[in-house]
Amino acid sequence: MKILVLIKQTPDTESKIRLSGDGKSIEQGDIKYIINPYDEFAIEEGLKLKEKLGSGEVVIASFGGETAKELIVKGLAMGGDRGLLISNAGLEGADSLAIAKVLTGAIKAEKADVVFCGKQAIDDDNMHVGTMAAEMLGWPHVNVVTKFDLNGTTARVEREVEGGKVEVYDVTLPAIFGAHKSLNTPRYASLPGIMKAKKKPFDLKTPGDVGVDPSTLKAKAVIKGYKYPPEKPKGQIFAGEPVEVMVEKVVKLLRQEAKVI
Amino acid sequence: MKVLVFVEQRDGKIKSSAHEALTVGFKLAGSSANLAAVLVGQGVAGLSGQLAGWGADTVYTADSADLSLYNIQGYSNGVEAAIKAFSPDVVLGVASPMGRDVFPRLAARMDGAILTDLTSIEAAGNGVQGTKPMYSGKCIADVATDGAKISFVTIRQNVFPSSKAESGNATATPVTAAAGDGKIKTIEIRKGKSAKPDLTEASLIISGGRAMGNSENFKILADCADVIGATIGASRAAVDSGYATHDMQVGQTGKTVNPNLYIACGISGSIQHMAGMRTSKVIVAVNTDKDAPIFGVASYGIVGDLFKVVPLLTEQFKTLLK
Repeated sequence: MKILVLIKQTPDTESKIRLSGDGKSIEQGDIKYIINPYDEFAIEEGLKLKEKLGSGEVVIASFGGETAKELIVKGLAMGGDRGLLISNAGLEGADSLAIAKVLTGAIKAEKADVVFCGKQAIDDDNMHVGTMAAEMLGWPHVNVVTKFDLNGTTARVEREVEGGKVEVYDVTLPAIFGAHKSLNTPRYASLPGIMKAKKKPFDLKTPGDVGVDPSTLKAKAVIKGYKYPPEKPKGQIFAGEPVEVMVEKVVKLLRQEAKVI
Repeated sequence: MKVLVFVEQRDGKIKSSAHEALTVGFKLAGSSANLAAVLVGQGVAGLSGQLAGWGADTVYTADSADLSLYNIQGYSNGVEAAIKAFSPDVVLGVASPMGRDVFPRLAARMDGAILTDLTSIEAAGNGVQGTKPMYSGKCIADVATDGAKISFVTIRQNVFPSSKAESGNATATPVTAAAGDGKIKTIEIRKGKSAKPDLTEASLIISGGRAMGNSENFKILADCADVIGATIGASRAAVDSGYATHDMQVGQTGKTVNPNLYIACGISGSIQHMAGMRTSKVIVAVNTDKDAPIFGVASYGIVGDLFKVVPLLTEQFKTLLK
């Protein structure tokens, strides 16, 4: 079984986000990139599936810049068999629709049987690409997956929705699944794994290599600029008074000033 | 412009957030003739009357027994049928689990623009422009559709006030959702345990952190929540320690919430937690550590022991709301 895991590089949560002077872009200097945290659950689920089946190949793939290579290799260190980076050179402003088109090309070229990705990337929080790629492939998808159990070519899948409700699906492969946090606990790369990863096969391709015409990738949704969130006025913090007094003050403010109670 | 609003229902109840989308949709459309709504599910034809006065002259209903349980294929086909009937410029919905499932599918199907989770929105050409928080809320992006024939747009819940247009006669117009290919079957939808609104829809939230110490202690939050009608949340630290379940988690790997009031009890305020709650309208922090980062975003704070503060809060709220 060919298992494809899609990952995205996202800024480490701890990274400071600094805007360029004209507000058109994010300064890259301070940003440390990590594997999007939800994608680690996707990698783990792909590895678990291969282990359960006792055979197969796990391909770790991304559409991105050169810095994504290092992160794909991290996925290989966890146990992936092969890396695939599709270069976004000249397509840095691609919107989610364009990215989904490229990844759809990659999924077709790889003849994947099942695709795992994270439920969303923590930079834009869009939750688009996996779902869009499934649509373009004519495949089913389930996003926000909390449980995955494959039996033959049918997967019993659970997805968490609002109010603690759980939707339970039977999905016929091929299909795309977006991993949520409680799906599994991602393994750490072992030292031998890290050593081996550097020698594993790694392909660098362009969208054209996976059959996608770059002229079809013009963004239909664009980011025109960025700004910092408005500063919150400094709050009123009470300390050192008897608890009863402080609570009374806050309750009064909630009622009279904030008018939320 | 012509706007079609996807009105979500679960268990035969129209979600309150759908009114927020209808309010925004009416503003974008400018008239009831240019605004339509679509309901998908079993028995939804009977719900269309509830949308009278919410701005849309037409309510498309994809009503079928096959749609009794939510299924991405049937539901996206239902919305697609309404799109074919109405030819909107913009399809509008809410960034809920259902909206986040259906909208990317349809945008890919129709080669449309997609913008998700907007916190402000206005018409621009035959599309929209607006803002959305990015990078855990560390910046706000100005976003816009650009040259698409059709745009799929969701708004963040609890950000836009809902107000009835007092126009739109909501005439029910049946449409037929194409049958799915059977490759995804909904087996069941298990109910959540709580009767309270979901965190993402709650207008009041009280959350506990690691300092709660154990799951039993969440009872003091529950007591307070009962008095003011709040939903209970938790920090990742509390969830990872086993004090609370993952569906209660607020923050980066949990839920993004937008209540009118967020009370953080014993939560220090990691970047990850604040990513999920910093846009709350009013934040109250209770923590023994006066240097806890949560006080930096708090509107009001009490430096003190939550086990003393919360029961007193509960008492005072009770007196106030009597």
